[in-house]
Amino acid sequence: MLRAELAHLFGRRRVQALLVILALVPIGVVVAIRLSGGPGGGDGPAFLGQITNNGVFAALAALTITLPIFLPLAVAIVAGDAIAGEASLGTLRYLLVRPAGRSRLLGVKALAVVAFCVAAPFVVAAAGLIVGSVLFPVGRVTTLSGDTLSIASGAIRIAGAAGLVGVSLLGLAAIGLFASTLTDIPIGAIAATLGVVILAGVLGTIPQVSAIHPWLLTNGWLSYGDLLRSHVTWTAITRNVALQAGYVLVFGAAAWARLTTRDVLA
Amino acid sequence: MTTIEAERAVVPSEPFGGGSAIRTTELTKRFGDVAVVDRLNLEVPAGSVFGFLGPNGSGKTTTIRMLLGLIAPSEGEVQLLGRTMPGRAAEALPRVGALVEGPAFYPWLSGRQNLERIDAAGPEGDAATRRTRIELALERVGLTAAGKKKYKAYSLGMRQRLGLASALLRRRELLILDEPTNGMDPQGTREIRNLIRELAADGTTVFLSSHLLAEIEQVCTHVAVMSLGRLLSQGSLAALQSDATPVMRVDTVDVELALGVVGARGLSGRHDDRSVSAELGGQAPEDLCRLLVEAGVRVTGFAVERPSLEDVFVSLTGEGFDVAR
Repeated sequence: MLRAELAHLFGRRRVQALLVILALVPIGVVVAIRLSGGPGGGDGPAFLGQITNNGVFAALAALTITLPIFLPLAVAIVAGDAIAGEASLGTLRYLLVRPAGRSRLLGVKALAVVAFCVAAPFVVAAAGLIVGSVLFPVGRVTTLSGDTLSIASGAIRIAGAAGLVGVSLLGLAAIGLFASTLTDIPIGAIAATLGVVILAGVLGTIPQVSAIHPWLLTNGWLSYGDLLRSHVTWTAITRNVALQAGYVLVFGAAAWARLTTRDVLA
Repeated sequence: MTTIEAERAVVPSEPFGGGSAIRTTELTKRFGDVAVVDRLNLEVPAGSVFGFLGPNGSGKTTTIRMLLGLIAPSEGEVQLLGRTMPGRAAEALPRVGALVEGPAFYPWLSGRQNLERIDAAGPEGDAATRRTRIELALERVGLTAAGKKKYKAYSLGMRQRLGLASALLRRRELLILDEPTNGMDPQGTREIRNLIRELAADGTTVFLSSHLLAEIEQVCTHVAVMSLGRLLSQGSLAALQSDATPVMRVDTVDVELALGVVGARGLSGRHDDRSVSAELGGQAPEDLCRLLVEAGVRVTGFAVERPSLEDVFVSLTGEGFDVAR
Protein backbone atom coordinates (compact mmCIF):
# COMPACT_ATOMS: atom_id res chain seq x y z
CA MET A 1 0.00 0.00 0.00
CA LEU A 2 2.92 2.35 0.68
CA ARG A 3 4.20 1.94 -2.85
CA ALA A 4 0.74 2.67 -4.24
CA GLU A 5 0.42 5.71 -1.97
CA LEU A 6 3.81 7.07 -3.06
CA ALA A 7 2.91 6.58 -6.72
CA HIS A 8 -0.43 8.24 -6.03
CA LEU A 9 1.15 11.23 -4.25
CA PHE A 10 4.01 11.89 -6.64
CA GLY A 11 1.78 11.14 -9.63
CA ARG A 12 -0.49 14.05 -8.77
CA ARG A 13 -0.16 17.11 -10.95
CA ARG A 14 -0.39 19.31 -7.89
CA VAL A 15 2.58 17.66 -6.20
CA GLN A 16 4.62 17.65 -9.40
CA ALA A 17 3.83 21.35 -9.85
CA LEU A 18 4.96 22.05 -6.29
CA LEU A 19 8.29 20.35 -6.94
CA VAL A 20 8.75 22.22 -10.22
CA ILE A 21 8.04 25.54 -8.51
CA LEU A 22 10.48 24.66 -5.73
CA ALA A 23 13.11 23.97 -8.39
CA LEU A 24 12.34 27.16 -10.27
CA VAL A 25 12.93 29.41 -7.24
CA PRO A 26 16.70 28.76 -6.96
CA ILE A 27 17.06 28.63 -10.74
CA GLY A 28 15.50 32.08 -10.98
CA VAL A 29 17.69 33.51 -8.24
CA VAL A 30 20.93 32.07 -9.65
CA VAL A 31 20.10 33.24 -13.16
CA ALA A 32 19.35 36.70 -11.77
CA ILE A 33 22.73 36.80 -10.02
CA ARG A 34 24.43 35.79 -13.24
CA LEU A 35 22.62 38.47 -15.24
CA SER A 36 23.25 41.21 -12.70
CA GLY A 37 26.92 40.31 -12.74
CA GLY A 38 27.40 39.79 -9.03
CA PRO A 39 25.83 39.22 -5.67
CA GLY A 40 25.43 42.93 -4.95
CA GLY A 41 25.41 43.89 -1.28
CA GLY A 42 26.74 41.66 1.44
CA ASP A 43 23.58 41.19 3.53
CA GLY A 44 21.65 38.74 1.36
CA PRO A 45 20.89 35.19 2.48
CA ALA A 46 23.80 33.01 3.51
CA PHE A 47 25.92 31.38 0.76
CA LEU A 48 24.52 33.73 -1.90
CA GLY A 49 27.74 35.75 -2.04
CA GLN A 50 29.90 32.71 -2.71
CA ILE A 51 27.97 31.56 -5.78
CA THR A 52 29.94 33.71 -8.22
CA ASN A 53 33.19 32.12 -7.03
CA ASN A 54 31.87 28.61 -6.85
CA GLY A 55 28.62 27.39 -8.41
CA VAL A 56 28.37 24.57 -5.89
CA PHE A 57 27.27 27.09 -3.29
CA ALA A 58 24.10 27.65 -5.30
CA ALA A 59 22.78 24.39 -3.81
CA LEU A 60 23.17 25.75 -0.28
CA ALA A 61 21.84 29.16 -1.23
CA ALA A 62 18.81 27.44 -2.75
CA LEU A 63 18.05 25.71 0.55
CA THR A 64 18.46 28.97 2.47
CA ILE A 65 16.14 30.85 0.15
CA THR A 66 13.35 28.26 0.09
CA LEU A 67 13.42 27.23 3.74
CA PRO A 68 11.54 30.16 5.29
CA ILE A 69 8.49 30.09 3.00
CA PHE A 70 8.46 27.85 -0.04
CA LEU A 71 9.38 24.54 1.58
CA PRO A 72 7.00 24.96 4.55
CA LEU A 73 4.25 25.97 2.13
CA ALA A 74 4.79 22.84 0.06
CA VAL A 75 4.91 20.60 3.12
CA ALA A 76 1.79 22.24 4.57
CA ILE A 77 -0.07 21.59 1.33
CA VAL A 78 0.92 17.94 1.15
CA ALA A 79 0.51 17.16 4.87
CA GLY A 80 -2.67 19.18 5.34
CA ASP A 81 -4.25 17.45 2.37
CA ALA A 82 -3.25 13.93 3.44
CA ILE A 83 -6.39 12.94 5.36
CA ALA A 84 -8.64 15.97 4.89
CA GLY A 85 -8.24 15.67 1.13
CA GLU A 86 -9.51 12.08 1.20
CA ALA A 87 -12.34 13.18 3.49
CA SER A 88 -13.40 16.01 1.20
CA LEU A 89 -13.47 13.68 -1.82
CA GLY A 90 -15.38 11.06 0.18
CA THR A 91 -12.67 8.51 -0.61
CA LEU A 92 -11.77 8.32 3.09
CA ARG A 93 -14.90 6.29 3.82
CA TYR A 94 -14.13 3.88 1.01
CA LEU A 95 -10.51 3.46 2.13
CA LEU A 96 -11.75 2.69 5.65
CA VAL A 97 -14.44 0.31 4.44
CA ARG A 98 -11.95 -1.44 2.13
CA PRO A 99 -10.61 -1.84 5.02
CA ALA A 100 -7.30 -0.01 4.91
CA GLY A 101 -7.30 0.16 8.73
CA ARG A 102 -7.22 3.54 10.40
CA SER A 103 -3.78 3.21 12.02
CA ARG A 104 -2.33 1.71 8.89
CA LEU A 105 -3.81 4.42 6.68
CA LEU A 106 -2.35 7.11 8.92
CA GLY A 107 1.01 5.33 8.91
CA VAL A 108 1.10 5.11 5.12
CA LYS A 109 0.02 8.73 4.74
CA ALA A 110 2.68 9.80 7.24
CA LEU A 111 5.41 7.90 5.41
CA ALA A 112 4.34 9.44 2.10
CA VAL A 113 4.52 12.92 3.66
CA VAL A 114 7.97 12.09 5.05
CA ALA A 115 9.03 11.05 1.55
CA PHE A 116 7.89 14.41 0.27
CA CYS A 117 9.71 16.26 3.09
CA VAL A 118 12.91 14.51 2.06
CA ALA A 119 12.38 14.78 -1.69
CA ALA A 120 11.56 18.50 -1.71
CA PRO A 121 14.88 19.86 -0.32
CA PHE A 122 16.82 17.44 -2.53
CA VAL A 123 14.97 18.78 -5.57
CA VAL A 124 15.79 22.33 -4.44
CA ALA A 125 19.45 21.56 -3.78
CA ALA A 126 19.81 19.63 -7.03
CA ALA A 127 18.23 22.44 -9.03
CA GLY A 128 20.60 24.93 -7.37
CA LEU A 129 23.61 22.72 -7.93
CA ILE A 130 22.85 22.13 -11.59
CA VAL A 131 22.09 25.73 -12.50
CA GLY A 132 24.96 26.98 -10.33
CA SER A 133 27.52 24.73 -11.97
CA VAL A 134 26.25 25.59 -15.44
CA LEU A 135 26.42 29.35 -14.94
CA PHE A 136 29.41 29.69 -12.60
CA PRO A 137 32.82 28.07 -12.20
CA VAL A 138 32.89 25.00 -10.02
CA GLY A 139 35.66 24.31 -7.59
CA ARG A 140 36.63 22.98 -4.27
CA VAL A 141 34.23 24.00 -1.54
CA THR A 142 35.53 26.54 0.94
CA THR A 143 34.04 25.95 4.38
CA LEU A 144 32.77 28.71 6.61
CA SER A 145 35.98 28.27 8.58
CA GLY A 146 38.11 28.97 5.53
CA ASP A 147 39.47 25.50 4.68
CA THR A 148 38.69 23.82 1.43
CA LEU A 149 37.06 20.47 0.85
CA SER A 150 37.30 18.16 -2.12
CA ILE A 151 34.31 18.27 -4.46
CA ALA A 152 33.24 14.80 -3.33
CA SER A 153 33.37 15.72 0.31
CA GLY A 154 31.57 18.97 -0.47
CA ALA A 155 28.84 17.10 -2.30
CA ILE A 156 28.34 14.80 0.66
CA ARG A 157 27.98 17.78 2.96
CA ILE A 158 25.50 19.42 0.63
CA ALA A 159 23.46 16.23 0.53
CA GLY A 160 23.67 16.17 4.32
CA ALA A 161 22.40 19.72 4.45
CA ALA A 162 19.44 18.84 2.22
CA GLY A 163 18.71 15.86 4.45
CA LEU A 164 18.80 18.03 7.56
CA VAL A 165 16.44 20.52 5.94
CA GLY A 166 14.14 17.57 5.28
CA VAL A 167 14.35 16.56 8.93
CA SER A 168 13.63 20.16 9.94
CA LEU A 169 10.37 19.94 8.03
CA LEU A 170 9.18 16.78 9.81
CA GLY A 171 7.82 18.57 12.87
CA LEU A 172 5.77 20.78 10.61
CA ALA A 173 4.62 17.75 8.63
CA ALA A 174 3.37 16.12 11.84
CA ILE A 175 1.44 19.26 12.74
CA GLY A 176 -0.02 19.30 9.23
CA LEU A 177 -1.04 15.66 9.45
CA PHE A 178 -2.73 16.26 12.81
CA ALA A 179 -4.57 19.30 11.41
CA SER A 180 -5.59 17.10 8.49
CA THR A 181 -7.36 14.65 10.80
CA LEU A 182 -9.36 17.45 12.43
CA THR A 183 -11.30 18.65 9.41
CA ASP A 184 -12.88 17.53 6.16
CA ILE A 185 -11.72 20.72 4.45
CA PRO A 186 -8.12 20.42 3.22
CA ILE A 187 -7.56 24.15 2.78
CA GLY A 188 -8.40 24.62 6.46
CA ALA A 189 -5.75 22.13 7.51
CA ILE A 190 -3.21 23.69 5.12
CA ALA A 191 -3.90 27.21 6.38
CA ALA A 192 -3.68 26.11 10.01
CA THR A 193 -0.32 24.45 9.36
CA LEU A 194 1.06 27.53 7.64
CA GLY A 195 -0.29 29.60 10.52
CA VAL A 196 1.89 27.58 12.89
CA VAL A 197 5.03 28.32 10.82
CA ILE A 198 4.21 32.02 10.68
CA LEU A 199 3.45 32.12 14.41
CA ALA A 200 6.74 30.41 15.19
CA GLY A 201 8.57 32.84 12.93
CA VAL A 202 6.93 35.87 14.52
CA LEU A 203 7.48 34.64 18.07
CA GLY A 204 11.12 34.01 17.15
CA THR A 205 11.62 37.71 16.52
CA ILE A 206 10.06 38.92 19.76
CA PRO A 207 12.74 39.21 22.45
CA GLN A 208 10.18 39.34 25.30
CA VAL A 209 9.30 35.70 24.71
CA SER A 210 12.89 34.55 24.35
CA ALA A 211 12.20 31.96 27.05
CA ILE A 212 10.24 29.85 24.55
CA HIS A 213 12.56 30.50 21.60
CA PRO A 214 14.55 27.27 22.05
CA TRP A 215 11.32 25.27 21.75
CA LEU A 216 9.94 26.93 18.65
CA LEU A 217 9.44 24.70 15.62
CA THR A 218 11.62 26.95 13.46
CA ASN A 219 14.34 27.53 16.05
CA GLY A 220 16.90 25.09 14.67
CA TRP A 221 15.97 25.26 10.99
CA LEU A 222 19.23 26.95 9.97
CA SER A 223 21.43 24.58 11.98
CA TYR A 224 22.35 22.66 8.83
CA GLY A 225 24.82 25.50 8.13
CA ASP A 226 27.07 23.94 10.78
CA LEU A 227 27.75 21.10 8.35
CA LEU A 228 29.80 23.54 6.31
CA ARG A 229 32.42 24.08 9.00
CA SER A 230 35.77 22.30 8.71
CA HIS A 231 35.07 20.55 11.96
CA VAL A 232 31.34 20.06 12.02
CA THR A 233 29.78 21.17 15.29
CA TRP A 234 26.91 18.89 16.05
CA THR A 235 25.32 20.57 19.08
CA ALA A 236 22.76 22.69 17.23
CA ILE A 237 22.08 19.97 14.67
CA THR A 238 21.45 17.31 17.29
CA ARG A 239 19.24 19.66 19.26
CA ASN A 240 17.17 20.46 16.17
CA VAL A 241 16.77 16.79 15.29
CA ALA A 242 15.64 16.05 18.86
CA LEU A 243 13.23 18.99 18.82
CA GLN A 244 11.72 17.84 15.52
CA ALA A 245 11.43 14.30 16.89
CA GLY A 246 9.53 15.74 19.86
CA TYR A 247 7.09 17.56 17.59
CA VAL A 248 6.65 14.42 15.48
CA LEU A 249 5.94 12.33 18.56
CA VAL A 250 3.42 14.72 20.09
CA PHE A 251 1.50 15.61 16.95
CA GLY A 252 1.83 12.14 15.44
CA ALA A 253 0.23 10.69 18.58
CA ALA A 254 -2.48 13.35 18.49
CA ALA A 255 -3.21 12.57 14.83
CA TRP A 256 -3.42 8.87 15.65
CA ALA A 257 -5.69 9.43 18.64
CA ARG A 258 -7.96 11.58 16.54
CA LEU A 259 -8.19 9.44 13.41
CA THR A 260 -8.70 6.16 15.23
CA THR A 261 -11.61 7.48 17.27
CA ARG A 262 -13.41 9.98 15.09
CA ASP A 263 -16.73 9.42 13.41
CA VAL A 264 -16.24 9.55 9.67
CA LEU A 265 -19.22 11.42 8.32
CA ALA A 266 -17.71 12.75 5.10
CA MET B 1 3.61 -2.33 5.32
CA THR B 2 5.32 -3.65 8.36
CA THR B 3 3.95 -1.30 10.98
CA ILE B 4 0.47 -2.41 11.82
CA GLU B 5 0.15 -6.10 11.22
CA ALA B 6 -2.76 -6.52 13.61
CA GLU B 7 -5.18 -4.82 11.25
CA ARG B 8 -4.34 -7.18 8.43
CA ALA B 9 -5.29 -10.36 10.23
CA VAL B 10 -6.19 -13.12 7.80
CA VAL B 11 -9.85 -13.89 7.92
CA PRO B 12 -10.80 -17.45 8.77
CA SER B 13 -13.99 -18.50 7.06
CA GLU B 14 -15.84 -19.47 10.20
CA PRO B 15 -19.62 -19.49 9.99
CA PHE B 16 -21.35 -16.51 11.50
CA GLY B 17 -23.82 -16.46 14.31
CA GLY B 18 -27.41 -17.54 13.94
CA GLY B 19 -27.67 -17.24 10.18
CA SER B 20 -27.76 -13.45 10.31
CA ALA B 21 -25.53 -11.44 8.01
CA ILE B 22 -26.28 -8.33 10.03
CA ARG B 23 -27.67 -8.12 13.52
CA THR B 24 -27.97 -4.96 15.58
CA THR B 25 -28.97 -4.90 19.22
CA GLU B 26 -30.52 -1.75 20.66
CA LEU B 27 -28.30 0.20 18.29
CA THR B 28 -28.40 3.90 19.09
CA LYS B 29 -26.56 6.93 17.73
CA ARG B 30 -26.98 10.33 19.25
CA PHE B 31 -25.69 13.55 17.75
CA GLY B 32 -26.02 15.99 20.63
CA ASP B 33 -29.42 15.33 22.16
CA VAL B 34 -31.01 13.87 19.08
CA ALA B 35 -31.14 10.11 18.74
CA VAL B 36 -30.69 9.82 14.98
CA VAL B 37 -30.88 6.06 15.34
CA ASP B 38 -32.94 4.93 18.29
CA ARG B 39 -32.68 1.41 19.76
CA LEU B 40 -32.57 -0.37 16.44
CA ASN B 41 -32.87 -4.16 16.40
CA LEU B 42 -32.18 -5.14 12.84
CA GLU B 43 -31.92 -8.71 11.69
CA VAL B 44 -30.78 -9.41 8.14
CA PRO B 45 -30.94 -13.14 7.32
CA ALA B 46 -28.00 -14.57 5.41
CA GLY B 47 -28.86 -15.04 1.76
CA SER B 48 -31.66 -12.50 1.73
CA VAL B 49 -32.06 -9.44 -0.44
CA PHE B 50 -32.95 -6.99 2.27
CA GLY B 51 -34.64 -3.70 1.46
CA PHE B 52 -33.93 -0.94 3.96
CA LEU B 53 -36.57 1.73 3.62
CA GLY B 54 -37.32 5.02 5.21
CA PRO B 55 -38.06 8.63 4.37
CA ASN B 56 -35.19 11.10 4.02
CA GLY B 57 -33.69 11.81 7.42
CA SER B 58 -34.97 8.61 9.00
CA GLY B 59 -31.48 7.41 9.98
CA LYS B 60 -30.75 4.93 7.19
CA THR B 61 -27.34 6.26 6.26
CA THR B 62 -26.28 6.72 9.88
CA THR B 63 -27.22 3.08 10.45
CA ILE B 64 -25.19 1.98 7.42
CA ARG B 65 -22.20 3.99 8.65
CA MET B 66 -22.41 2.20 11.98
CA LEU B 67 -22.73 -1.19 10.27
CA LEU B 68 -19.47 -0.47 8.45
CA GLY B 69 -17.62 0.91 11.46
CA LEU B 70 -17.29 4.41 10.06
CA ILE B 71 -18.98 5.83 13.12
CA ALA B 72 -19.17 4.37 16.59
CA PRO B 73 -22.57 3.61 18.16
CA SER B 74 -23.57 5.68 21.20
CA GLU B 75 -25.15 2.53 22.60
CA GLY B 76 -25.94 -0.97 21.46
CA GLU B 77 -24.08 -3.35 19.24
CA VAL B 78 -23.52 -4.25 15.62
CA GLN B 79 -22.72 -7.77 14.46
CA LEU B 80 -21.51 -7.82 10.88
CA LEU B 81 -21.08 -11.36 9.54
CA GLY B 82 -20.95 -12.48 13.14
CA ARG B 83 -18.26 -10.02 14.17
CA THR B 84 -18.72 -7.10 16.50
CA MET B 85 -18.15 -3.76 14.81
CA PRO B 86 -16.12 -1.65 14.88
CA GLY B 87 -13.79 -3.78 17.04
CA ARG B 88 -13.42 -6.68 14.61
CA ALA B 89 -13.77 -4.64 11.45
CA ALA B 90 -10.53 -6.08 10.07
CA GLU B 91 -12.13 -9.53 10.00
CA ALA B 92 -15.58 -8.61 8.75
CA LEU B 93 -14.96 -5.85 6.23
CA PRO B 94 -12.85 -7.78 3.69
CA ARG B 95 -15.93 -9.92 3.09
CA VAL B 96 -18.22 -6.93 2.65
CA GLY B 97 -18.63 -4.76 -0.42
CA ALA B 98 -20.19 -1.38 0.14
CA LEU B 99 -21.56 1.64 -1.60
CA VAL B 100 -22.16 4.34 1.00
CA GLU B 101 -23.87 7.64 0.30
CA GLY B 102 -22.93 7.72 -3.33
CA PRO B 103 -19.68 6.86 -5.06
CA ALA B 104 -16.46 8.75 -4.26
CA PHE B 105 -13.32 8.52 -6.37
CA TYR B 106 -10.33 10.60 -7.41
CA PRO B 107 -11.49 12.90 -10.23
CA TRP B 108 -8.06 13.09 -11.85
CA LEU B 109 -7.70 9.31 -12.20
CA SER B 110 -9.42 7.07 -14.73
CA GLY B 111 -12.06 4.59 -13.67
CA ARG B 112 -9.55 1.75 -13.95
CA GLN B 113 -6.84 3.59 -11.98
CA ASN B 114 -9.38 4.35 -9.28
CA LEU B 115 -10.24 0.68 -8.93
CA GLU B 116 -6.54 -0.21 -8.86
CA ARG B 117 -5.94 2.21 -6.03
CA ILE B 118 -8.83 1.05 -3.87
CA ASP B 119 -7.96 -2.61 -4.46
CA ALA B 120 -4.34 -2.00 -3.47
CA ALA B 121 -5.40 -0.22 -0.27
CA GLY B 122 -6.55 -3.24 1.69
CA PRO B 123 -6.14 -6.95 2.35
CA GLU B 124 -7.17 -9.79 0.04
CA GLY B 125 -6.61 -7.76 -3.10
CA ASP B 126 -4.18 -10.10 -4.85
CA ALA B 127 -2.04 -7.92 -7.13
CA ALA B 128 -1.51 -10.79 -9.58
CA THR B 129 -5.23 -11.06 -10.35
CA ARG B 130 -6.00 -7.35 -10.00
CA ARG B 131 -6.12 -6.55 -13.73
CA THR B 132 -8.45 -9.43 -14.50
CA ARG B 133 -10.71 -8.69 -11.55
CA ILE B 134 -10.95 -5.03 -12.52
CA GLU B 135 -11.86 -5.87 -16.13
CA LEU B 136 -14.48 -8.33 -14.92
CA ALA B 137 -16.02 -5.83 -12.51
CA LEU B 138 -16.09 -3.10 -15.16
CA GLU B 139 -17.76 -5.50 -17.55
CA ARG B 140 -20.41 -6.45 -15.01
CA VAL B 141 -21.47 -2.84 -14.61
CA GLY B 142 -21.13 -2.01 -18.30
CA LEU B 143 -18.16 0.34 -18.00
CA THR B 144 -15.54 -1.51 -20.04
CA ALA B 145 -15.52 1.15 -22.75
CA ALA B 146 -15.34 4.05 -20.28
CA GLY B 147 -12.68 2.45 -18.06
CA LYS B 148 -9.86 4.66 -19.26
CA LYS B 149 -11.85 7.87 -19.11
CA LYS B 150 -11.09 10.22 -16.24
CA TYR B 151 -13.58 9.94 -13.38
CA LYS B 152 -14.34 13.65 -13.54
CA ALA B 153 -15.76 13.11 -17.04
CA TYR B 154 -18.21 10.47 -15.77
CA SER B 155 -21.93 11.16 -15.53
CA LEU B 156 -23.70 10.48 -12.23
CA GLY B 157 -24.94 7.14 -13.51
CA MET B 158 -21.44 6.11 -14.61
CA ARG B 159 -20.03 7.13 -11.23
CA GLN B 160 -22.64 4.99 -9.55
CA ARG B 161 -21.67 2.07 -11.79
CA LEU B 162 -18.00 2.52 -10.91
CA GLY B 163 -18.97 2.49 -7.24
CA LEU B 164 -20.71 -0.82 -7.80
CA ALA B 165 -17.71 -2.16 -9.73
CA SER B 166 -15.56 -1.31 -6.73
CA ALA B 167 -17.90 -3.28 -4.47
CA LEU B 168 -17.67 -6.23 -6.88
CA LEU B 169 -13.87 -6.35 -7.21
CA ARG B 170 -13.69 -9.40 -5.01
CA ARG B 171 -16.17 -12.09 -4.05
CA ARG B 172 -18.19 -10.84 -1.09
CA GLU B 173 -20.50 -12.50 1.36
CA LEU B 174 -22.41 -9.31 1.94
CA LEU B 175 -23.07 -6.24 -0.17
CA ILE B 176 -24.29 -3.09 1.52
CA LEU B 177 -25.65 -0.79 -1.16
CA ASP B 178 -26.92 2.66 -0.25
CA GLU B 179 -29.20 3.96 -3.04
CA PRO B 180 -27.35 2.04 -5.77
CA THR B 181 -29.51 3.18 -8.67
CA ASN B 182 -29.46 6.86 -7.78
CA GLY B 183 -28.95 8.90 -10.95
CA MET B 184 -29.11 5.95 -13.31
CA ASP B 185 -31.10 5.78 -16.52
CA PRO B 186 -33.90 3.19 -16.76
CA GLN B 187 -31.66 0.71 -18.60
CA GLY B 188 -29.01 1.08 -15.93
CA THR B 189 -31.58 0.62 -13.20
CA ARG B 190 -32.75 -2.57 -14.83
CA GLU B 191 -29.23 -3.91 -15.26
CA ILE B 192 -28.48 -3.23 -11.62
CA ARG B 193 -31.65 -5.03 -10.63
CA ASN B 194 -30.60 -8.05 -12.68
CA LEU B 195 -27.12 -7.83 -11.23
CA ILE B 196 -28.53 -7.90 -7.70
CA ARG B 197 -30.63 -10.94 -8.57
CA GLU B 198 -27.56 -12.68 -10.00
CA LEU B 199 -25.50 -11.93 -6.93
CA ALA B 200 -28.25 -13.11 -4.64
CA ALA B 201 -28.56 -16.33 -6.64
CA ASP B 202 -24.83 -16.86 -6.02
CA GLY B 203 -25.54 -16.72 -2.30
CA THR B 204 -24.46 -13.14 -1.61
CA THR B 205 -26.56 -11.35 0.97
CA VAL B 206 -27.59 -7.96 -0.37
CA PHE B 207 -28.57 -5.14 1.97
CA LEU B 208 -30.16 -2.45 -0.14
CA SER B 209 -31.26 0.96 0.99
CA SER B 210 -33.53 2.80 -1.34
CA HIS B 211 -36.51 5.08 -1.49
CA LEU B 212 -37.57 3.64 -4.84
CA LEU B 213 -40.25 1.35 -3.49
CA ALA B 214 -41.03 -0.28 -6.80
CA GLU B 215 -37.36 -1.24 -7.01
CA ILE B 216 -37.37 -2.82 -3.61
CA GLU B 217 -40.62 -4.60 -4.32
CA GLN B 218 -39.10 -6.19 -7.42
CA VAL B 219 -35.87 -7.55 -5.97
CA CYS B 220 -36.19 -7.85 -2.21
CA THR B 221 -37.14 -10.86 -0.15
CA HIS B 222 -37.11 -8.96 3.14
CA VAL B 223 -37.86 -5.40 4.13
CA ALA B 224 -37.33 -3.09 7.07
CA VAL B 225 -38.94 0.31 7.39
CA MET B 226 -37.44 3.11 9.45
CA SER B 227 -38.83 6.45 10.47
CA LEU B 228 -37.38 9.07 12.80
CA GLY B 229 -34.56 6.73 13.78
CA ARG B 230 -36.84 3.90 14.82
CA LEU B 231 -37.57 0.61 13.18
CA LEU B 232 -41.27 0.50 12.35
CA SER B 233 -41.40 -2.92 10.83
CA GLN B 234 -39.22 -5.67 9.47
CA GLY B 235 -39.74 -9.10 8.03
CA SER B 236 -40.28 -10.88 4.78
CA LEU B 237 -41.84 -8.77 2.06
CA ALA B 238 -44.84 -11.11 1.82
CA ALA B 239 -45.48 -10.94 5.56
CA LEU B 240 -45.27 -7.16 5.58
CA GLN B 241 -47.73 -6.86 2.73
CA SER B 242 -50.19 -9.33 4.19
CA ASP B 243 -50.15 -7.40 7.47
CA ALA B 244 -51.83 -4.54 5.70
CA THR B 245 -55.51 -5.31 4.98
CA PRO B 246 -56.57 -5.63 1.37
CA VAL B 247 -58.79 -3.01 -0.18
CA MET B 248 -61.85 -3.58 -2.37
CA ARG B 249 -62.69 -1.13 -5.09
CA VAL B 250 -65.94 -0.94 -6.95
CA ASP B 251 -66.26 1.13 -10.12
CA THR B 252 -69.77 2.44 -10.51
CA VAL B 253 -71.91 5.37 -11.53
CA ASP B 254 -74.06 4.95 -8.38
CA VAL B 255 -71.46 6.23 -5.95
CA GLU B 256 -73.92 7.38 -3.24
CA LEU B 257 -75.78 4.09 -3.26
CA ALA B 258 -72.56 2.07 -3.06
CA LEU B 259 -71.29 4.18 -0.16
CA GLY B 260 -74.51 3.42 1.66
CA VAL B 261 -74.11 -0.34 1.22
CA VAL B 262 -70.49 -0.27 2.34
CA GLY B 263 -71.37 1.94 5.31
CA ALA B 264 -74.16 -0.43 6.35
CA ARG B 265 -71.52 -3.19 6.63
CA GLY B 266 -69.53 -1.04 9.04
CA LEU B 267 -66.75 -0.18 6.56
CA SER B 268 -65.54 3.35 5.99
CA GLY B 269 -65.58 3.98 2.26
CA ARG B 270 -63.62 6.52 0.29
CA HIS B 271 -64.89 7.69 -3.06
CA ASP B 272 -64.39 9.79 -6.12
CA ASP B 273 -67.10 10.34 -8.74
CA ARG B 274 -66.55 6.97 -10.45
CA SER B 275 -65.52 4.55 -7.70
CA VAL B 276 -65.76 3.62 -4.05
CA SER B 277 -63.04 1.84 -2.14
CA ALA B 278 -62.81 0.50 1.40
CA GLU B 279 -60.49 -1.61 3.49
CA LEU B 280 -62.07 -5.05 3.72
CA GLY B 281 -61.21 -5.60 7.34
CA GLY B 282 -61.81 -9.34 7.16
CA GLN B 283 -65.09 -9.27 5.26
CA ALA B 284 -65.49 -11.52 2.25
CA PRO B 285 -65.32 -9.50 -0.97
CA GLU B 286 -67.74 -11.84 -2.77
CA ASP B 287 -70.46 -11.09 -0.18
CA LEU B 288 -69.92 -7.37 -0.55
CA CYS B 289 -70.17 -7.65 -4.31
CA ARG B 290 -73.47 -9.55 -4.05
CA LEU B 291 -74.89 -6.98 -1.60
CA LEU B 292 -73.93 -4.12 -3.91
CA VAL B 293 -75.61 -5.69 -6.89
CA GLU B 294 -78.72 -6.62 -4.86
CA ALA B 295 -78.95 -3.01 -3.67
CA GLY B 296 -79.13 -1.93 -7.30
CA VAL B 297 -75.64 -0.55 -7.64
CA ARG B 298 -74.61 -0.67 -11.29
CA VAL B 299 -71.18 -2.18 -11.09
CA THR B 300 -68.78 -1.59 -13.97
CA GLY B 301 -65.75 -3.05 -12.21
CA PHE B 302 -64.89 -4.79 -8.97
CA ALA B 303 -61.41 -5.46 -7.64
CA VAL B 304 -59.63 -6.53 -4.48
CA GLU B 305 -56.23 -4.92 -4.30
CA ARG B 306 -53.26 -6.06 -2.27
CA PRO B 307 -51.62 -2.94 -0.95
CA SER B 308 -48.48 -2.03 -2.86
CA LEU B 309 -45.30 -1.59 -0.91
CA GLU B 310 -45.85 2.11 -1.36
CA ASP B 311 -49.20 1.89 0.43
CA VAL B 312 -47.62 -0.12 3.23
CA PHE B 313 -44.77 2.35 3.44
CA VAL B 314 -47.05 5.36 3.60
CA SER B 315 -49.34 3.69 6.11
CA LEU B 316 -46.30 3.07 8.31
CA THR B 317 -44.46 6.35 7.93
CA GLY B 318 -47.37 8.75 7.37
CA GLU B 319 -48.38 10.94 4.47
CA GLY B 320 -46.37 14.08 5.27
CA PHE B 321 -44.10 15.30 2.54
CA ASP B 322 -41.91 17.47 4.74
CA VAL B 323 -38.63 16.00 5.91
CA ALA B 324 -39.36 14.99 9.47
CA ARG B 325 -36.12 16.48 10.76
